[in-house]
Amino acid sequence: MADAKADPQRKPSSSEASSPQTSSPAASNSTASGTGNAPTRKAVPEAPRTLTPGPRQGPQPKTKIEVKDLQFWYGDTHAIKGVTMNIPAHQVTAFIGPSGCGKSTVLRCLNRMNELIPDTRMEGTIRVDEQDIYADEADPVMVRRRIGMVFQKPNPFPKTIYKNITWGAKINGYQGDYEALVEESLRKAALWEEVKDRLHTSAYNLSGGQQQRLCIARALAVKPDILLMDEPASALDPIATAKLEETIVELKQDYTIVIVTHNMQQATRVSDRTAFFYVGELVEMGDTEMLFTRPSDEKTDAYISGRFG
Amino acid sequence: MPSTDTTQMSPAQPVPQPPSGGTSGNGAVDYSTNLEWSLRERIVQVLLGACALLTIGTTLGIVGILLYESFSFFLSVGIFDFLLGTEWRFAGVEPSFGVLPLVAGTMLITVIAALVGLPLGLGAAIYISQYASRPARKVLKPALEVLAGVPTVVYGYFALTFVSGVIIQGIDPSLPPLNALSAGLVVGVMIIPMVASVSEDALRAVPSSLSDGAYALGATKIEVVMKVVVPAALSGIIASFILAISRAIGETMIVAIAAGATANLTVNPLESIQTMTGFIVQVAKGDIDQGTLSYQSLFAVGLLLYIITLGMNLLATWLTRRFQEQY
Ligand SMILES: Nc1ncnc2c1ncn2[C@@H]1O[C@H](COP(=O)(O)OP(=O)(O)O)[C@@H](O)[C@H]1O
Ligand SMILES: [Mg+2]
Repeated sequence: MADAKADPQRKPSSSEASSPQTSSPAASNSTASGTGNAPTRKAVPEAPRTLTPGPRQGPQPKTKIEVKDLQFWYGDTHAIKGVTMNIPAHQVTAFIGPSGCGKSTVLRCLNRMNELIPDTRMEGTIRVDEQDIYADEADPVMVRRRIGMVFQKPNPFPKTIYKNITWGAKINGYQGDYEALVEESLRKAALWEEVKDRLHTSAYNLSGGQQQRLCIARALAVKPDILLMDEPASALDPIATAKLEETIVELKQDYTIVIVTHNMQQATRVSDRTAFFYVGELVEMGDTEMLFTRPSDEKTDAYISGRFG
Repeated sequence: MPSTDTTQMSPAQPVPQPPSGGTSGNGAVDYSTNLEWSLRERIVQVLLGACALLTIGTTLGIVGILLYESFSFFLSVGIFDFLLGTEWRFAGVEPSFGVLPLVAGTMLITVIAALVGLPLGLGAAIYISQYASRPARKVLKPALEVLAGVPTVVYGYFALTFVSGVIIQGIDPSLPPLNALSAGLVVGVMIIPMVASVSEDALRAVPSSLSDGAYALGATKIEVVMKVVVPAALSGIIASFILAISRAIGETMIVAIAAGATANLTVNPLESIQTMTGFIVQVAKGDIDQGTLSYQSLFAVGLLLYIITLGMNLLATWLTRRFQEQY
């Protein structure tokens, strides 16, 4: 993997990118919720998006995660006030919005991490592949094995690089070849070349960006099919961020990815769809290009043009 | 060292002080030195310096006396005869100063205490820091503090009358009422609060981002606790163990009351034994003449005890520092 700057594929400016890969307008309408953004989908410029590899998507991306009437309380704080959204498979969906608007809360509901916080309450349903992950018989541990998560601050275990990756597989009773698993996971996270000669040294000796990619590799080693990322680049420098973004875009071939970001350029660079949250509500969700060029809600417009946030 | 700094400071040296804040009629601020404040600052500094100096002085004095009296002792008894000898008869016609029976007694008590106190203390720490609900924690933490506040003489009589008198003799009345087991068990109970509170601090210091990371990989609670949190806190936990062991080695009152006074090179916990501390108490409250070899042996044993516990505490400090560097 080369630096972002050396990569001929990369064009960091958001303006030239457009989004042909949700080729059917119906696709975006069917997955959108919030205030109606359907009629604004007319003249989409047909320039290919540079960061997304190949024409992967079928005509109509399948819905992977279906959130319905999600409400969430921290004690008496009503943090999420009814969110309904569909997250398509094999795409990158970005959550944007001012801080405190509930992006992380929604994300953490998607893999049942929120229930680890005492004195919280959730209402609504979340289905993954049409299965209710909050059903009585659903075990949160099993849910989290299928839905990986990468956190805001890199949080590798104080162990070697190798053990960081095998840890999750081990507790999940993985029977296969651990060496191969480590290499495969590190390759997918675009870290293999940098660390293959020091797999048995402490993960804490890696740079922040490398640690974050190690955390991605660690999540991938459990073989999830969804990857949730909560501001994964917020602690990284621009070069490490660019590299992480490249990795994310490559991963969507095999995974459904939801990424929270406060960086709107990042959303335009990596995501296919974007959801804009504001004080606990989903204001607007749609194709990333559309949302950033022709938002249908004035709050979205104000936010993306930097008038608040 | 702050103590020497303050005491050597010459009176002419200016002492930093807040501005007096007084304003004259036309609004100009008065920046001149407020003599009363500066004097007060000096007095406080000198008093605090004296406290620090007193602590150091006391420690040096104790070590000095230990070394001085031990030196006289080792002029008569070879250092290897002392350290490796297996007979301890400090009085009588043919005294023998082989310290191993006393060391063995101390070890026996310490091992029994560690077997009881370390797992229970760590278990309590894990429960309080990882599992207990807020109300349960509100009950448990003060309970441990109460346990820590029980005077050791009370523990000693508890060991003698209840653990030995009721339980052990209830099982087999032919066993000696003074034995290593009852004293060791109660020393073990005594160190629980220390293990629990130091370990709990270490467990709490593990950042929640680590356990979140483990949960997100599909770990169960017990896996998170045992495979992430406890290993991450390991050096702090080990430090708590070492502090507690060093406390058990130095424990005096419980063993003096319940363990017996028989310098006995044995590993049988049901026998009456004597520890290093137990010996020191016996001699110190007895009527042995100053300047005799028997009297000086007290200081030699004291010095050995001091070196052991000091070494343990240094080890604990070193481990704790390593642990703090980890994240
Ligand atoms: N652990 C928590 N306890 C109590 N309130 C919380 C907690 N986490 C988040 N909140 C509250 O919920 C709201 C949404 O927070 P969050 O989802 O973290 O927003 P975002 O990720 O968009 O910044 C905020 O008002 C925040 O104060
Ligand atoms: Mg957040």
